[in-house]
Amino acid sequence: MTTEAGPQELVGRGNNEGAAMFRDWFTDLGRVAETGGQCAYVFVMGSTNEILKTFDLPVVFPEINSLQTAVRRVAHEYLEEAEDYGYSPDICGYVKADVAVQLRKGDHPMGRIPGPTITVLTNACNTYIKWAEIWERMYGTPTFTIDVPGTRQAGKLTWRGDRDFEADRHYVEVQLRELIDLCEEVTGRKFDIDRFREVLGYANTMSRCWNRVLELNCARPSLFNAVTDGTIFLGVANGFRGTEEGARYFERLVEEMEHKAEHGIGQTTEEKYRLLFVGVPCYPIFRKFNELFSDWDATFVNSTYLWFASGGTNRGFEYDLDDPLASLAEGMLVSVRDAMDSMFHQSDVLQEMITDFSADGVIYHPIKSCRTVSTGLADGRRHLTEMTGIPSLFIESDMMDRRVISEAQMKNRIDAFFEGLESRRRQELAGATK
Amino acid sequence: MTYAAGVDVGSTQTKAIVIDEDRRIVGRSLIDTGANVIQAAESSYVDALRQGNIDEEEVGYVVGTGYGRFRVTFGNSQVTEISCHGRGAVHLFPDTRTVVDMGGQDTKAISVSADGEITDFCMNDKCAAGTGRFLGAAAEALDIPLDDLGPVSLQSTKATKISTTCTVFAESEVLAWIGKGKKIEDILWGVHTSIASRSVALMRRVGIHDEITFTGGVSRNGGMVKALSDRLEKPLNISDDCHYMGALGAALFALDNVMTGRAPVADNVGATS
Repeated sequence: MTTEAGPQELVGRGNNEGAAMFRDWFTDLGRVAETGGQCAYVFVMGSTNEILKTFDLPVVFPEINSLQTAVRRVAHEYLEEAEDYGYSPDICGYVKADVAVQLRKGDHPMGRIPGPTITVLTNACNTYIKWAEIWERMYGTPTFTIDVPGTRQAGKLTWRGDRDFEADRHYVEVQLRELIDLCEEVTGRKFDIDRFREVLGYANTMSRCWNRVLELNCARPSLFNAVTDGTIFLGVANGFRGTEEGARYFERLVEEMEHKAEHGIGQTTEEKYRLLFVGVPCYPIFRKFNELFSDWDATFVNSTYLWFASGGTNRGFEYDLDDPLASLAEGMLVSVRDAMDSMFHQSDVLQEMITDFSADGVIYHPIKSCRTVSTGLADGRRHLTEMTGIPSLFIESDMMDRRVISEAQMKNRIDAFFEGLESRRRQELAGATK
Repeated sequence: MTYAAGVDVGSTQTKAIVIDEDRRIVGRSLIDTGANVIQAAESSYVDALRQGNIDEEEVGYVVGTGYGRFRVTFGNSQVTEISCHGRGAVHLFPDTRTVVDMGGQDTKAISVSADGEITDFCMNDKCAAGTGRFLGAAAEALDIPLDDLGPVSLQSTKATKISTTCTVFAESEVLAWIGKGKKIEDILWGVHTSIASRSVALMRRVGIHDEITFTGGVSRNGGMVKALSDRLEKPLNISDDCHYMGALGAALFALDNVMTGRAPVADNVGATS
């Protein structure tokens, strides 16, 4: 393998800059909390950042706050506090960690989180609705729910010009107009269409670049780890969507990845197995989880998480700035629908990715905390196996709760999976040399 | 003659097998694992060598398996017990396509190809329901030796339904049934059918194909053999060596190295664990 070291400042820049932006974001939120400023609580699937940033509202992603408690190995403290308060161990870990953050008046390992001035959510996850009701009861601040129609039937998508699609687009647009009215009321500011176009322009750059970054990871060796590095990129994609910094970050990320692709600089010196990841990462043992695979010289080249947790912006949908609101409605419809399909109907896309990304296996990671992403994975896996015969592994754990994660059991399964892959590869090699 | 050995360090028992170049078992050993896992691995290995009248220098390669595989300090490499049970089962019963391994703390359903390659597997999750531990809890509750559970359960005429899936709660449910005057053999048969039901559900997840080989410590329990067989409506492959299947598979992987010089599949990992 030819690996040529690139300029020091370019290789790894995305990770470093992403981490720094992430810290700055939380510092800014801490400032909002201290000064009693306004902010919007939103979710990764259908954040409506494009509208909120037009009103210069800082955004809080409670899902990201919660996963950060797990990455920083203190999730159990938050989960136990919420359980002591009365939440069942079976409730979504993200919800419980957030409840504890609220009970602690915003105290979080990355700083202080302000309370919501407004909450905006979609129906992309059914828990979003109940979760937002908690804040509504806690703070009495307005909650706005956008009902985004999903795919009626797997593989039966409608597009611009189709009667059903246009009806759905109109339905979303009307709701967005209501949201704008509410934002005007909450902030006391008038909606500025020129500022809105500017925000959409930044979001377009980000979507285009995000799509390109994902596509570039088809390279062999792969350029970034879709589970570990990819999660850093996701943080920026969510927190900085519709901002100039976010757009510039992704332009520079494309530059880095193109440089790495051109010079054959992979995420690892040995890439024996290329894997696809389905589900939400195992945040409580985030690095260790990856090591269980990298020990076998395996890399994650793509992940459904990078699709649905970016709200479907991986599709690269770009808004028409001449018709901004209708176009935002269309983009939301397409992207949120795609995010939901990434959770519920991922088999067809995975089939294409197996070829495009030269994947050797698929890792399914259903989690106790989240029925939304986990229900149906067993069927999806069976379907994919029947269609492609690709080896796959089903490991069950959690995104937040260490108490249900058994590293020894997990390692056993992962090792056995690779023993099977190794054995299969040896037999293929033996067959080829006969 | 060069020999190969496999040492399976399980949660409750440690097994060792030594085989010759013709894949014949020449020594075997079974001891309780206890608290000192390294010592258990060494003792079982030494016992197996002694039984076969073999010097350690005559053994060309040793593979460790089981949860304590990285504690087989004298081993040359490690392979998971999932691969080892599959390999061993196909060696003993060449038409095996599904393996159900029931051990002290977990139950595994393994789908294998004709050459012993693992095509899929599934295990119980983070809970001892449907494993040997479930039987252990019942034995304690009824104050019956573990080895008697199977024979007593086979005297049952009507199973008492055990509804809990939790090993801890099973004990109190068993006691509750005793309080209600149920016969011990009926309660025990209920325990066996409950475990069989959960195990067959695991097997369905990987696909149940002829032939089915039952491995692991619980395969010695005649009651469980019948309960599984009834549930599956087909006979199971059983042998006295099924308890040693993990160690046997490990020894076969070790023999691969002796015969070809090629390391077993899992040679490259484990040191970091």
